[in-house]
Amino acid sequence: MTLFTDTFLIALIAGMAASGVPLLLAGLGEQLSEKAGVLNVGIEGMMLGGAYLGFYIAWATESVGLGFVGGVAGGILVAALMALFCVRMGLNQIVIGIALTLGAEGATALLHHVQFSRLYPRLPDVATWRIPVLADIPIVGPALFDREPVVYLAVALVPFLVYVYRRTHLGLALQAAGDKPAALDSAGQNVLIIRSFAVLGCGALVGLGGAFMSIVGAGVFVPFMSHGNGFIGIVLAMLARGRPLWVLLGAALFGACLSAATALQVAGVDIPTDVVQMLPFLAVMAVLLIAGRNAKLPAALGAAYVRGER
Amino acid sequence: MLDAHPSSPSTTPSTEAPPIVTFEGVTKRYPGIIANDSIDMEFRAGEVHVLLGENGAGKSTLVSMLSGLQQPDDGRILIDGVEKPISSPAEALDIGISTVFQHSMLVPSLTLVENATLGRKWWQRPDRSGTAKAMQDAAKRIGVTLDPMAVTGDLSLGERQQAEITRALMRGARFLILDEATAMLTPNDAARLGELMRRLAAEGMAVVFITHKLNEAVAYGDRISVLRLGKKVGGLSPEDLKSLDAQEATNQVVRLMFGTRDTTASADQKPDMSTVDRGAKPSLEVLALYADAARVPLSNLEFKVWPGEILGIAGIDGNGQKQLAAALAGQAPISDGRIVLDGAYIDRLSIGQRRAKGLRYVTDDRLGEGTVGGFPMSINLLLKEIGRMPYWRGGLEQPEAIRENARQKVKDFDIRTPSIDTPVGKLSGGNIQKVLLARELSGSARVVIFEKPTYGLDLANISATQMRIRETAQNGAAVILISTELDELLSLSHRIAVMDQGGIAGIVENTEDARHKIGELMSGVEK
Repeated sequence: MTLFTDTFLIALIAGMAASGVPLLLAGLGEQLSEKAGVLNVGIEGMMLGGAYLGFYIAWATESVGLGFVGGVAGGILVAALMALFCVRMGLNQIVIGIALTLGAEGATALLHHVQFSRLYPRLPDVATWRIPVLADIPIVGPALFDREPVVYLAVALVPFLVYVYRRTHLGLALQAAGDKPAALDSAGQNVLIIRSFAVLGCGALVGLGGAFMSIVGAGVFVPFMSHGNGFIGIVLAMLARGRPLWVLLGAALFGACLSAATALQVAGVDIPTDVVQMLPFLAVMAVLLIAGRNAKLPAALGAAYVRGER
Repeated sequence: MLDAHPSSPSTTPSTEAPPIVTFEGVTKRYPGIIANDSIDMEFRAGEVHVLLGENGAGKSTLVSMLSGLQQPDDGRILIDGVEKPISSPAEALDIGISTVFQHSMLVPSLTLVENATLGRKWWQRPDRSGTAKAMQDAAKRIGVTLDPMAVTGDLSLGERQQAEITRALMRGARFLILDEATAMLTPNDAARLGELMRRLAAEGMAVVFITHKLNEAVAYGDRISVLRLGKKVGGLSPEDLKSLDAQEATNQVVRLMFGTRDTTASADQKPDMSTVDRGAKPSLEVLALYADAARVPLSNLEFKVWPGEILGIAGIDGNGQKQLAAALAGQAPISDGRIVLDGAYIDRLSIGQRRAKGLRYVTDDRLGEGTVGGFPMSINLLLKEIGRMPYWRGGLEQPEAIRENARQKVKDFDIRTPSIDTPVGKLSGGNIQKVLLARELSGSARVVIFEKPTYGLDLANISATQMRIRETAQNGAAVILISTELDELLSLSHRIAVMDQGGIAGIVENTEDARHKIGELMSGVEK
């Protein structure tokens, strides 16, 4: 078949990495938050916060590194609201999450409009790190091993989080906060602090993902640019349950679907782009049908913890 | 199970030991009620201090203040003679106060070892093998065997409690609170926990044991305090307990708990064996019943129940009793075998059709599958007849008919409720049970399945419920009584079947040596 040319494959795989990284970070963040029992529907908003602040700082300081720091800060900023309302005050997590998403959409669009009006300034391309030897592999090499440093960082987070969940007390505490918060409390640890930490950590990861979209992926900030990526992150976390490696696999799958649209155009296949753009969402439904049936979520997910209430 | 008073509970000179925790005039108010009203109490090392009281007497509130979950509104708490608030669970742990709650406080998805290391500094790595060893050692010290690497969710409730007590010991607890710890245990596990309490007290630990059950209080306690409506109404000192025999002590406690009313001593009653005519046609026949339930598959169950007979189902909790009830009621599919009700096969019928034929199921999950907590009591009484005449006509509610039915049931079943419109979830456990009984026993009940009908009830409601069960049989219905309380089964049933791992280990007539035979069947001696 002529479809699978080198150009097509490189475009597909490179695109998979580009669209998979925000999904990976969103999924890992949501997983962290859900592990501790906070169903974070606001990650779409955190992603936008990261995308906007990351882009703005990268543009203002002309430093990609500071831009990513700004992205993390933007995600944490939105997450702090979530921690305040849902963990501290115990309000409904779904309502607050939706409010944060809608609020962040409006706020970032407004800020962008005030600062840039109708201009969409572009950032220069981000320098890549070429990994010797691996980058010389045909097709896969240039697509995966000649990338921006933040891509490697995102992938390196996977084993790091596996370590945290399996090998540290923090991992145990996170799981206890999600499964039986009262047990954690009676063991003398503060459930609200553990949960706040998880939500802020989620914000940091998701914000980084948002910054990746605006700084590396697009090079511009466009209002509403997160475009459902945060919600796919929620699906990834739900499918992967507690396992970061599964988030990586899921992100690769959905990333490939997202990049197929571009890759198919590169290959000159004549399919309406609208149909191709539906691919990732069809994939979500298909994977949910196949693998989502036995997805077991933390017992206390979505429930605010109030001491003494049983 | 506890007829014999165990050898002198107070081996240590407990009155001389200084109190670890002292309550002075401790008061806790909630909106509308005073949960604890000016409580004075001392908890001493080397003593098992039993807190007795009916549902809502204020025991749980007292415990939550001891464990740091709640703060008193008034009064003082002294620790080792010095005034000091117990401001949080962490603070309580620092003082050496550990609590084992009725519902396990272990994270089900973690192993015992991981549960034991919860609460350490977050940056440290859990030392699994070291903790496992420490856990084994602590367990051995108190005569408990456990597997530290087992996932908590796979263990029985009794095992989880032993693990929790072991964990408390590892943390250096010197003050152990057992909050209704025996409520959900099998008789054997409860007795084992009682022995464990005695050993802990002998080691110098202060044990606070909260229970409904008088026999346990008298058997394991050094000191008994009785709470009623938030007040401490009296108690028995170690000297009292030593000088009185078990029966006298029980009577004295009953007087404190209920005023002058005496215990009905239901365990001494025996069912009237002559009322059952085994020559007649059985009401219910179960023939070679199999079911593929996920946890405990049922295999080859075979028994008959005659009109007017009470068939007890004994066995350690979780050996298929629940599955049997669900299969009979039609809530779970069966894979093979037949169920015959009054000569007609019912195993293909739906839940509603079986109910219409007179099969009733009083579940033990009263607020879960039994009632809808937010619905008014009057609707809950008709939950299984929604849409039917005369309470609904053409899909429209007939409020007057519904209210009339509720008023009648309230009178007949002595349901204590502020009004018939009160949401059922706001009633006490005993009254929720009465609502269930009123619903299931009305109409023409032919076969009634009671599942742990007295679990979690206080004494007055237990005897009311047991009377209702007797009455049901006397009215000619066949009764299947599932219970983990051996005394209850022996006092009510004509025959008792013992379930073991989804099968019936044997069925014995309720004669003098029934207790012994059932014990053998339960422990698997006789196969």
